[in-house]
Amino acid sequence: MKILVCISSVPDTTSKINFTADKSAFDKNGIQWVINPLDEFALTKAIKLQESQGATVTVLNVGDAVTEPVIRKALAIGANDGVRVNLDPKDSYSTAKEIASVAQNGGYDLILCGKESIDYNGGSVPGMVAQLLNQPFVNASVGLDVNGAEATAVREIEGGKETISVKLPAVIAGQKGLVDEKDLIIPNMRGIMSARTKPLQVVEPTSSEVKVQGVSYDSVPARAAVKIVSPDNLDELVRLLHEEAKVI
Amino acid sequence: MAVFVYAENINGVYKKAAFEAVSYAKAVADQAGDTVTVISVNPTDSSDLLYKYGATNVINIKDEGLKNFSAKAYAQAVSEVVDGNILVFPHTTDASSVAPMLAIMKNYSLITNVLEAPESQAPFQVKRKAFSGKGFMHAKAEGTGVILTVSQNAFGVKENAVSGSEEVKNLSVANEDTKVISHEQSSGKLDLKEAEVVVSAGRGLKGPENWGMVEDLANVLGAATACSKPVSDIGWRPHTEHVGQTGKAIAPNLYIAIGISGAIQHLAGVNSSKTIVVINSDAEAPFFKSADYGVVGDAFQIIPALTEKIKALKG
Repeated sequence: MKILVCISSVPDTTSKINFTADKSAFDKNGIQWVINPLDEFALTKAIKLQESQGATVTVLNVGDAVTEPVIRKALAIGANDGVRVNLDPKDSYSTAKEIASVAQNGGYDLILCGKESIDYNGGSVPGMVAQLLNQPFVNASVGLDVNGAEATAVREIEGGKETISVKLPAVIAGQKGLVDEKDLIIPNMRGIMSARTKPLQVVEPTSSEVKVQGVSYDSVPARAAVKIVSPDNLDELVRLLHEEAKVI
Repeated sequence: MAVFVYAENINGVYKKAAFEAVSYAKAVADQAGDTVTVISVNPTDSSDLLYKYGATNVINIKDEGLKNFSAKAYAQAVSEVVDGNILVFPHTTDASSVAPMLAIMKNYSLITNVLEAPESQAPFQVKRKAFSGKGFMHAKAEGTGVILTVSQNAFGVKENAVSGSEEVKNLSVANEDTKVISHEQSSGKLDLKEAEVVVSAGRGLKGPENWGMVEDLANVLGAATACSKPVSDIGWRPHTEHVGQTGKAIAPNLYIAIGISGAIQHLAGVNSSKTIVVINSDAEAPFFKSADYGVVGDAFQIIPALTEKIKALKG
């Protein structure tokens, strides 16, 4: 079985988000880049399938050379090889097109990714890839087993969950729960050393079409100073919530 | 040309997010002097509920094959009846699974997590949530066709009654790639992303056995319950209740955080809440800086007392 795991390089979750002075772009100064946490669940799931079923795991990133450390980290976690499409992606569509192109040529049985990236939060790439490849798509997956040409996925639904059988090849977008947080793999020294020699192929993009442009960006306005209420005066808190904020 | 909107239902019953999407579509249509056409799949609810928010036409797709949800089959069904340049979806899990597939089918632009009415319609430009709630993006669509997903609780549900009419479309879309094996839905539990009040707790509660008082407070407020990441990681509460950057992003009218220090990742998921109350024994907890109201003290004394006082208020 061949698995393609799509990863995105995103600002570390503790990053403060700033924009350039003209507000036209995200300010990348001083940012630490990590594998998108939701993609990390997908990657770990793929490594588990590699261990249990002998699958090969290819990790794919659409990004410029700056993202290579993140691909190397995925290789250190256990992916067999990596592909980088040499494009600084401008929107979900251009990213999905490049992923679909690599997937088409690679004959993968399963494409795994996080349900969204924590930077632009499009949540659109996995579904677009599935449609471009004319494959079934399961979103918000919190469980996955593979049995031959079929997968069983558990997806979160509002107020519950649903277990679905899916014909492969398919695109599965995962989230927290696909694997437990404690099962996420921290690369050891052996993994880091072997990642240096694992193949990382760089391919050029197939298209430059963009469907959505980020015109400008704003920060979240600060809230007014907090009103502290004494624990001995909860009547005042109730009054404020009822009369001032009008939320109860 | 009408503005189209996909009204999501669960087991035939429209979600609040569907009414919000119709309200949003009505605002878009009003800008351009258009009308709103709603598409829904196998609803059992009356279309009158949709006219109330501004729908002039309702197309009810009837298809036994779509009894179970499949993103691909639903996208196919919607693509067969949609006939406009603007299509609005709620940003729910299911609708935001259908929208990207449909965007490819129709060759439309897709802008997700939309917060406000469009800034312009030609070119189409709108404000959306980005960076997990730590920033906003003004996104412009290239080309004429655009699909939007409206962030839940952002635009709000707005009554705008019109007289409407309903049309039934019988389809039989192939749905062979996926098959539902089991479906578990906890009845009566308030959906966290739709809830207008959320009561959330963190490690300050010391153990899962103490969640009863959180639930009691939530019950008197008609609120959903949530938790911080460490709490779901330890297994005190299910993953589905984790709110934050890698969990659920929520935007209720009132968010009450109990024993949560307020890490930047947690704030990212909740700072779209309209009013934030923080209850923490540590006066230095960073969350107080992002709160509207704060109480410094022992949650084990404050929460039961607050529950009683709210109960008294609600009579």
